[in-house]
Amino acid sequence: MPEFGAAFAEALSLVIRLDRDLAEIVWLSLKVSLAAVFLATVIGMPLGAAVALFHFPGRKAVIVGLNALMGLPPVVVGLIVYLALSRAGPFGVFGLLFTPAALIAAQVLLVVPIIAALTRQVVEDLWAEYSDQLRSFGAGPGRALTALLWDGRFTLLTAVLAGFGRASAEVGAVMIVGGNIDHVTRVMTTAIALEVRKGDLALALGLGVILMVLSLIVNGAAFLIKDTVETRYG
Amino acid sequence: MGEEFSILPLELDNVSFEAGGKRLIKDLSHTFETALRTVIIGPNGAGKSLLLRLCHGLIGASAGRIVWHGAGDRDPAPYQGMVFQRPIMLRRSVAANVDYALALRGIRRRQRPVLVDEALVHTGLKRFARQPARLLSFGEQQKLALARVWALKPQILFLDEPTASLDPTATHTVEEIIAAFHAAGTRIVLTTHDLGQARRLADEVLFLHRGRLLEKAPAARFFAKPGNDLAEAFIRGELLWWRRGIDRREKPAGEKAID
Ligand SMILES: Nc1ncnc2c1ncn2[C@@H]1O[C@H](COP(=O)(O)OP(=O)(O)OP(=O)(O)O)[C@@H](O)[C@H]1O
Ligand SMILES: [Mg+2]
Repeated sequence: MPEFGAAFAEALSLVIRLDRDLAEIVWLSLKVSLAAVFLATVIGMPLGAAVALFHFPGRKAVIVGLNALMGLPPVVVGLIVYLALSRAGPFGVFGLLFTPAALIAAQVLLVVPIIAALTRQVVEDLWAEYSDQLRSFGAGPGRALTALLWDGRFTLLTAVLAGFGRASAEVGAVMIVGGNIDHVTRVMTTAIALEVRKGDLALALGLGVILMVLSLIVNGAAFLIKDTVETRYG
Repeated sequence: MGEEFSILPLELDNVSFEAGGKRLIKDLSHTFETALRTVIIGPNGAGKSLLLRLCHGLIGASAGRIVWHGAGDRDPAPYQGMVFQRPIMLRRSVAANVDYALALRGIRRRQRPVLVDEALVHTGLKRFARQPARLLSFGEQQKLALARVWALKPQILFLDEPTASLDPTATHTVEEIIAAFHAAGTRIVLTTHDLGQARRLADEVLFLHRGRLLEKAPAARFFAKPGNDLAEAFIRGELLWWRRGIDRREKPAGEKAID
């Protein structure tokens, strides 16, 4: 497969000299995914902690909703966001469909359940372990919340990393709501899908390499954090 | 400690506790007077830990009343401390563990370092101050649990088997710390399986068996000659389950069987 070898060489050269098209796509992908993960953390963490610690009306509905979202195929999440943002939809007036904001919205919806579920697990486990002692010190779940989040900070960080992994690797939802428009909503995954179809393997491979490196970094970081915590904090 | 008023005495009036359809504490009445050290003994599963948790307010009684006679309108909770059967360490440094306990009591940030330091010096943990608490040995963790309550200066301290699985030296240190609490005016309520420790620390002994308070007596009298024959068998080291007719014997004299 000489073609493949050539494409790979070209791909590496694109990456190394930071080809403008490629850099633009990578930069947009990172911006979108980081924004989505940030928002998903702001929404998902309090949600997960609340579900873990408090009994409030609608708690069961929140749990079912989050679990359902987690199990949904991303294209369906994309479809939901598409319908919500399309002109006839409830958020149609903002004209967000096929903009980076739509990409962010779709990724937020994909990542919130992950972060909420992991936060819930972490907070629930910590509270089960700490509750006697903290209540003895005079702190109920409300006052203890910051302590629980702080003591679970490393595990929570791996939750955020997992969310980033899912956000940046996803293709179906962003394809639907973003439309893969050049210079506007073309992110790494959708670009790969398109370039492969066009037969431009070089750019696809270059992006693939970057995604792979990104995934390695994220997973390496998660592993390192877990490892350090286990040896340093027991 | 350093305060005029005391939340004591603590009165339990016909207290019962039920869980899972079983009565685990049965019609227990006792008044914990000021200034005494109470040691609660009894076989595994007798309800010693439950009794401490009831007194401390971590669980609520299913029936009966628990009254802090001295508390008046005040919330008695902040004047109490508890050391648990298994030490619960926060995932932080040794010093931060003490600091957090003080923070929850509303002590100002600027005043805390001195108090943290004093508690660590007092319990011999100063050199571990910066270490993660969860990497301490079991005995050191138990001392840290004591350091945390020391910093809080409670009026009453519940200790649930504080020296179980400690070596003799560590046990001795912990008993010295308990003695220091006592000297500082903290009311001690302690459970133990170590009868030597019960003799060393008790002013008053409660003997619990299957959720029932079978005997309460001044320590000297209890260890000389317990009034209840199950208690007597227990301190002689006999295996209670081996004895027949337990269900008849465990009822205090004169009480009807009403389980
Ligand atoms: N939440 C609960 N639900 C049901 N049973 C319980 C509960 N908590 C405790 N028990 C039972 O109550 C009994 C008394 O428990 P407790 O922990 O007070 O015993 P203990 O005297 O402290 O024993 P040990 O010496 O082993 O520490 C046990 O049989 C235990 O299984
Ligand atoms: Mg116990």
